[in-house]
Amino acid sequence: MTVAADGSALELRGLSAGYRGRWVVRDVDVAVRRGAWVAVIGPNGAGKSTLLKAVAGLVDHTGEVLLHGEPLSRLGPRARARAVGYAPQTPELPEGLTVTDYVLFGRTPHLGPLARESRADLEIVADALDRLDLSALAHRPLRTLSGGERQRAVLGRALAQRADLLLLDEPTTGLDIGHAQALLDLVDHLRRADGTTVVSTLHDLTLAAQYADELVLVDRGRVVAAGPPADVLTAELLAARYAARVTILTTPDGAPVVAPVR
Amino acid sequence: MMSTTSHTSDHPPGARERLPRATRLSARHVALAAALVAAVATGSVLLGAIDLGWQRVLGEVVAQLTGGTSPLSEREAAILWQLRVPRVVLAGLVGAALAGSGAAYQGVFRNPLADPYLLGAAAGAGLGATLVLVVAPGAGHGALGPLPLAAFVGAVGGVALSWVLGRSAGNGTATLVLAGVAVSAFLTAAQTFVQQLRGETLREVYTWMLGGLGTTGWDEVLVVLPYLAAAAVVLCLSGRLLDLLALGDEEAGALGLRPGVVRVVVLAAASLATAAAVAVSGLIGFVGIVVPHLVRLAVAGSYRVVLPLSLLGGAGFLVLADTVARTVLAPAELPVGVITAFAGAPFFALVLRRTRGRVR
Repeated sequence: MTVAADGSALELRGLSAGYRGRWVVRDVDVAVRRGAWVAVIGPNGAGKSTLLKAVAGLVDHTGEVLLHGEPLSRLGPRARARAVGYAPQTPELPEGLTVTDYVLFGRTPHLGPLARESRADLEIVADALDRLDLSALAHRPLRTLSGGERQRAVLGRALAQRADLLLLDEPTTGLDIGHAQALLDLVDHLRRADGTTVVSTLHDLTLAAQYADELVLVDRGRVVAAGPPADVLTAELLAARYAARVTILTTPDGAPVVAPVR
Repeated sequence: MMSTTSHTSDHPPGARERLPRATRLSARHVALAAALVAAVATGSVLLGAIDLGWQRVLGEVVAQLTGGTSPLSEREAAILWQLRVPRVVLAGLVGAALAGSGAAYQGVFRNPLADPYLLGAAAGAGLGATLVLVVAPGAGHGALGPLPLAAFVGAVGGVALSWVLGRSAGNGTATLVLAGVAVSAFLTAAQTFVQQLRGETLREVYTWMLGGLGTTGWDEVLVVLPYLAAAAVVLCLSGRLLDLLALGDEEAGALGLRPGVVRVVVLAAASLATAAAVAVSGLIGFVGIVVPHLVRLAVAGSYRVVLPLSLLGGAGFLVLADTVARTVLAPAELPVGVITAFAGAPFFALVLRRTRGRVR
């Protein structure tokens, strides 16, 4: 792995995850610099989402997950949720709740089980809504939002957790290219402003290459390549791992573009 | 909200000082619901086979408060205080228990058609009551007699059995529902068997099954009150947590919640309240589905609103239904369960249509 181990915000050591006795993800070693954005890529069923869920503590796993050198396994669920924000790939959007109610869910790990949200919590929600350009929709029912607005609301919930590490599972699912870019621009802006470390799965390799500092290519549960986008996105590697016929182009400013060829 | 409203005059709408509002119970809604309950209860107290006259009832209340002389005869005062008032109060408590528990079950099972009898409370209570009616016919039907006790134990036992069986099969709510179905079927079969042992008790068994508040006194009120009070406190505090459960266990877990703990606490509170209600009133159906849905349609879908307003709405609804039950064919009485089913079944069908495709 090319990322320096020291000063890393997140470190995975020998992480296996999934279901006990039938690991979906095996022996993963990854280190992520503080404030970096790492995109986990790989073919369908490679174990990308499971890897993220293991970091969030949502599936069985062995090995170590260290955040700022501290093992997350020592934290209870609430403390872990204060440290790790998680936006799921297919979020459940309960009926009858507003955007504010939903983003306020992000404050859950900061509230006691029976506590009511305080003014400070609502200020954090207002801030998240503002940054995600959702203020005008604050009191709209969740179910009436468009796809792009929904993804921003889910991001808003993760943002309201005020965690150092943000895990985004396919944040651009269902978004057209313009909305996808707008959302990723937003994530990039937020992580630079707050110094948040971001680990996301992304199926669009070109977008992954343009936004992430590093790519981690996972196949059949194992990390098969990792490093700067230009090193990972080679036609040979993608042919081998995705069974895809692609050619790698380059944008004027040097970012790789993965173009499928017939 | 609150203190921020003074700021808004200095800033254009949408300025940052104006905080977004979370869906919450408003004092206006509580006041409105409470006024509705009070109005229905007052009407119910005044209606009956014997017309006491509202001026004279008012005079009696004033006399009680001031120690003056009452316009009511001793017999009329007894009708008022020993029959009508406890019956209205009990109808309110039972309605609140069933509707609040229904809302809680819907939250725990993430299913709008869940009702408080889902985990075998009804079948268990039915078996308990039938056993007493068959084994000890003529045994006391009073609030502290064997019938309500057996019904209560049966209801709690049914739910506990479902819980144990469901846990042994897995951790999710789906296995719990299936366990509830299995336990209910088994207990109902047992109940039918016991009831066939003595055919002459059939009418009594059915009367109990259909639910009624006909034999109410203050004892019944005292039996239900502590369970309902405890459950009401737990449920009103659990609104935010039930909203979180709607995200599913995985997402709720990612936010630091322990869904299993929330489920067991909420189900225990709701089931005890249901068992207490069933013990004194038999099986009254549909209250637990109709009322929470009316609240959702009329006010908001958040459990922070649905739970407290279902408690109040359930009280109003059952007092109204019981009033109809004892006046529509007066002096004969209909089982109140027939009235709630008459009103509830068509409503249930409507809800089913509205939730088409969304029931998991």
